[in-house]
Amino acid sequence: MNCRSEVLEVTVEARQVEEAMLALLHTILLHRSSGKFHYKKEGTYSIGTVGTLDIDCDFIDFTFVRVSSEELDRGIRRAVSEFKDALSISGSDGMGQISLEFYQKKKSRWPFSDECIPWEVWSIKVNVVNLANEQERQICREKVGEKLGEKVINVVEVINRHEYLPKMPTQSEVDNVFDTSLKDVQPYLYKITYQITDTLGTSVSTTMRRLIKDTLAL
Amino acid sequence: MDSGLSPQDKKDLDKFIKFFALKTVQVIVQARLGEKICTRSSSSPTGSDWFNLAIKDIPEVTHEAKKALAGQLPGIGRSMCVEISLKTSEGDSMELETWCLEMNEKCDKDIKVSYTVYNRLSVLLKSLLAITRVTPAYKLSRKQGHDYVILYRIYFGEVQLSGLGEGFQTVRVGVVGTPVGTITLSCAYRINLAFMSNRQFERSAPIMGIIVDHFVDPPCSSQRANMGHPCNYRAPDEEDGYAGVQDSQEVCTTSFSTSPPSQLYASRLSYHHPAQAGAAELCHPAANQVIHQSVAKQFTFRSIYTDIRYTVSVTWRSVSPSDPVESLNAFTRKIGAFVNKSNTPITAASLDLPFAAFAPRGLDSEENDPMVQPPDSPPCPSPLQASLHSQGSDGSGQQDDFVMVDFRPAFSKDDLLPMDLGTFYREFQNPPQLASLSLHISSQSMADDLDSLPEKLAVYEKNIDEFDAFVDMLQ
Repeated sequence: MNCRSEVLEVTVEARQVEEAMLALLHTILLHRSSGKFHYKKEGTYSIGTVGTLDIDCDFIDFTFVRVSSEELDRGIRRAVSEFKDALSISGSDGMGQISLEFYQKKKSRWPFSDECIPWEVWSIKVNVVNLANEQERQICREKVGEKLGEKVINVVEVINRHEYLPKMPTQSEVDNVFDTSLKDVQPYLYKITYQITDTLGTSVSTTMRRLIKDTLAL
Repeated sequence: MDSGLSPQDKKDLDKFIKFFALKTVQVIVQARLGEKICTRSSSSPTGSDWFNLAIKDIPEVTHEAKKALAGQLPGIGRSMCVEISLKTSEGDSMELETWCLEMNEKCDKDIKVSYTVYNRLSVLLKSLLAITRVTPAYKLSRKQGHDYVILYRIYFGEVQLSGLGEGFQTVRVGVVGTPVGTITLSCAYRINLAFMSNRQFERSAPIMGIIVDHFVDPPCSSQRANMGHPCNYRAPDEEDGYAGVQDSQEVCTTSFSTSPPSQLYASRLSYHHPAQAGAAELCHPAANQVIHQSVAKQFTFRSIYTDIRYTVSVTWRSVSPSDPVESLNAFTRKIGAFVNKSNTPITAASLDLPFAAFAPRGLDSEENDPMVQPPDSPPCPSPLQASLHSQGSDGSGQQDDFVMVDFRPAFSKDDLLPMDLGTFYREFQNPPQLASLSLHISSQSMADDLDSLPEKLAVYEKNIDEFDAFVDMLQ
């Protein structure tokens, strides 16, 4: 099975990085999160309810919708914050890429660890620019808002192709497909990684971090 | 042909389509209320949250949707549309967007109704939640209040897009294949949101300082004319005029079986790149002084807001001969609320203004106004599925998609001749920073100074005899 890969690219000011990443990652996760499964007898299950929340950005003229789950939001924010810090350390005109990967676990026998098989990867390339004055910042605020709107439409278009999704698992297999650790919602298993490049485009420090929901632990 | 569909599946599918249509309307109208929406996740299924999404039901909206559907379901040739329009305090109105729930003949016979179709409809509703915050009308709706309100109208049947003006754009939210046809959800939205003309603010004299907010009883909805309903919402527990939150007459499917395999479904969507509609703000420079002061006295709307932040209190009357604004209720639809009056748009290059095309201009006659007499759109059986809309924006026209907040220095003349005060301010607004005042450089030089201080002191101590001789010489 081939992993589906989608790339989005945005150009933002340094102070907009966090909100732009949150907007796009939350939009994707909104579509890739389900209510909590409750398995009953006879192989049936019921699904909990997913709430939603409008979030206004402070530095961008944009509002996005996210899943109403503080746990999920905290996890995403932690990852985005690390990415943002890494970008700012690299320099003011940095470039970077943050990736959201959905995967399935495949159990292996001891001593081999479980295999993670990605089935969808979203990569968001970020170019950070420096602006000279407030007038340009105001224009940038609106322009980035429009661009994010276009990206949301891109995301929705891809998701509504209804291409491969993991099969709905049985109770014993649910942890191989979904992240069941959250108490209110159940996203597909995912991990967020990032890498930073310098202005020349070369990978000076290819920093790969495995953040929350990592499965590799022997 | 649904001959292959079992009676139970057919019944389930009809139920899904019906509630999907009702939830679609709720999501669209709630996204135009002007407030942020917040619903809670619940780990336990309640049985009344269709498509496993927490979407509240505003009773009035459900009532209107059911009235429009009149017992039918969206089907092939029978589309359900939600039209969002804007109405100003002067009585001008303009259609902003039309959301269409349609069905075409392309069937997916193998798809599992109670599982795959249901889940895909759930994903489509999530997409709708996301897309409703992206179209230009969202920002307008967040700012509704004193000068304009957002209205909605639900109708069933043929899609009508002629009121959206020239060069409207479409965005496809998504598609879901079913055994009886493919459900398509899309939005056609206006991009030509021209600037409000001066005359609308000159007519109504501003009333100073009265900001009134109070809740009034909801109006009787039966007498509403066909002009659309205000997007307003009163929380169910505050209602006494309505029946409160309607009980779901049918409990939604919440049980699934783990056995069926997921179905593969791929469809090519035509992605229409939306024109840059810009901020589309209704901030008129002259009105900046008027917005917070004028209570529209020429019209009476009654709106109810759950949040006291909103400072408008207006009364909506349906039909009343003695009503001073009877013309409003006649729904004359004077399209032209946002009129780009000038026939010769001033380019930014000549004026050094970022959105100069929307600087205020003198009055022009309405005959030349393309907004009042929109050109005919070419006919098409399925306008949303063909790339029929004209790509109206080019390089110079792109400025027309933005609404400019003009920079008006005090006492400046109301013209745009070069070298007026405004131009002067703009030219000298952003002088480069003095190098010596740059914090970075000054701190660096201070650090250097401090570092070199001990050496300098050592040198001076060594040459102390010379300095003493110099001082003696001066005396």
